[in-house]
Amino acid sequence: MAKSDKTLVDKVWESHLVRSAEGEPDLLFIDLHLVHEVTSPQAFDGLRMAGRTVRRPELTVATADHNVPTADVDKPIADPISKKQLEVLAANCEEFGIVCYPMGHANQGIVHVIGPELGLSQPGMTIVCGDSHTSTHGALGALAFGIGTSEVEHVLATQTLPQIRPATMAVTVEGELPAGVTAKDVALAIIGRIGTGGGAGHVIEYRGSAIRSLSMEGRMTLCNMSIEGGARAGMVAPDDATFSYLEGRPHAPKGRDWERALDEWRSLPTDEGATFDKEVALDAAGLLPHVTWGTNPGQVVAIDGAVPDPDAFAEPAEREAAARALAYMGLQAGTAIRDIPVDTVFIGSCTNSRIEDLRAAAAVADGHRVRPGVRALVVPGSHRVKAQAEAEGLDRVFRASGFEWREPGCSMCLAMNPDKLAPGERCASTSNRNFEGRQGRGGRTHLVSPAVAAATAVLGRFGLPTELVR
Amino acid sequence: MRPVTVVSGRAIPLERSDVDTDQIIPSDWLKRVERTGFGAGLFAEWRDDRDFVLNREEYAGATILVAGPNFGTGSSREHAVWALLDYGFEAVVSPRFGDIFANNCTKQGLVPVRVDPEVGRALLEAVAADPGLEITIDVGRGTIEAPAAGIAGTFPLDEFTRSRLVHGWDDIGLTLRHEDRIAAYESARPSWRPSASA
Ligand code: SF4
Repeated sequence: MAKSDKTLVDKVWESHLVRSAEGEPDLLFIDLHLVHEVTSPQAFDGLRMAGRTVRRPELTVATADHNVPTADVDKPIADPISKKQLEVLAANCEEFGIVCYPMGHANQGIVHVIGPELGLSQPGMTIVCGDSHTSTHGALGALAFGIGTSEVEHVLATQTLPQIRPATMAVTVEGELPAGVTAKDVALAIIGRIGTGGGAGHVIEYRGSAIRSLSMEGRMTLCNMSIEGGARAGMVAPDDATFSYLEGRPHAPKGRDWERALDEWRSLPTDEGATFDKEVALDAAGLLPHVTWGTNPGQVVAIDGAVPDPDAFAEPAEREAAARALAYMGLQAGTAIRDIPVDTVFIGSCTNSRIEDLRAAAAVADGHRVRPGVRALVVPGSHRVKAQAEAEGLDRVFRASGFEWREPGCSMCLAMNPDKLAPGERCASTSNRNFEGRQGRGGRTHLVSPAVAAATAVLGRFGLPTELVR
Repeated sequence: MRPVTVVSGRAIPLERSDVDTDQIIPSDWLKRVERTGFGAGLFAEWRDDRDFVLNREEYAGATILVAGPNFGTGSSREHAVWALLDYGFEAVVSPRFGDIFANNCTKQGLVPVRVDPEVGRALLEAVAADPGLEITIDVGRGTIEAPAAGIAGTFPLDEFTRSRLVHGWDDIGLTLRHEDRIAAYESARPSWRPSASA
């Protein structure tokens, strides 16, 4: 490889170096800082205690998402602690001069949905947020990663972040995805392969023809789940699909600036001779829709499969983890995934709540009924997604099929609002984490794609859209 | 941040792998706007079980948590670190940490001790067998030792993080020494990059 050959990650990293010194982390400039109510109050407090201000309020955008109710939004918020956290966010943004989209605002939504849809997230940028799924914005060719509250405070105060340079990892998926196999399935298959720690210390660049053929929204789903494979960030090199997605969005560059931006963006893809610290390859043609069976996203099988036998795992730690997961999930080894009944279906979260996800689910649900006894929720990722879906009549399809149509927010992805699973309840969820208690104490989560979620709602057990009979 | 040079004391064995931050501090606890008081929520869902290791008397007062691989994966919530510190832990030992979690630890003075898998396993077994086992973690030297069990290991820390921990330096203060460099970067930065106010 020629010395000048660089990866996408290298290029974005190097163009954001404020300072680099031997034996110290690099100091990176941060182009966009996204803020939400859960991980920011203590950071704003820290600023106040130290008498500091926000260095670049105009590079900071806040929204309310984690706590917001998704039903009865015209009534006062019932939970006083949630209400207080939302009020504190608004007050902090007011005090420090930061744009904030509170509940009900036309631009409000899940932080990782609104960044791209407002055109704030662009190729070649550095983007951070006090939220691990910031990796989502990597779909646009940005280096985007989650940070803790101390780092939130650091970025507010300095618009920079000291960071140790991560290693690079190429995940290449070549070939054509079979019909019915979505970006979510690709993400789950990758995590099943590399494990929940497989990407630790790395930034993943997703490459190959199957990735190129994904829509922008599919790329967001894929990059979103990078953190579940342990990676700090996931990226896809910008291409014409990226540019046409961005063009005309509220914060995208306009006129002469658009041309300047394009010039830079076209120079970002990884150079031919560049190499990665780690490489993984998958064959798209062999992939199937996936369903998780355990309590981390790496515990996953193809929908045709069965719950594995813990004794089949080679590593003692994996055996123990699998046995514990089956006990928590209330599953027997050997049960076919298709024979597992569900109580609840959740379509939403920053992984799968964009317009394409809702279209995919609605197309499956159309003309069918949610099975009696199954509770099915559709929670759009943002007000813009909701408005678009309603303009297309998707809300009517969902309602007619027996799904609840809700207001935007994180909702049952992490159950900080009233949308929760009861102990022992089993859920097919389009979100990203099947951790113990994630969707409510004692709740049992199975991660799936929107199409599988919709089919599962109708069947009352895990299944594919092709199994529905008219 | 207060300086941390040496952590020595007894440890609690948490024989689980893939302990994510949702387990360390469940989301119900994230609604608080303060930075203190999270210790009561540490491993909240597991603590209902009377036999859970944190509830066992012989481990009361331990300052080191020894866990299986992949500790602190998942959500970026720094609340996980606040909860561990508030409960009384000063160091966490695991063969592998979630990246964001490990980073959050060093911002708050909780020492993330990434040991070789064999050392991790040996420590888990030794602490399970002898709750009184004394362990010493030396941040400056990057070593972890339990002489009574014949265990000695090392752990990596980059030099910068090591000095930050040992001196208790504030990251923001360190960065602001380079304010001229930040200003220089800003003046050369493309003007077409997005701005929220535009
Ligand atoms: S939807 Fe879920 S994963 Fe995404 S930001 Fe909200 S809580 Fe986090």
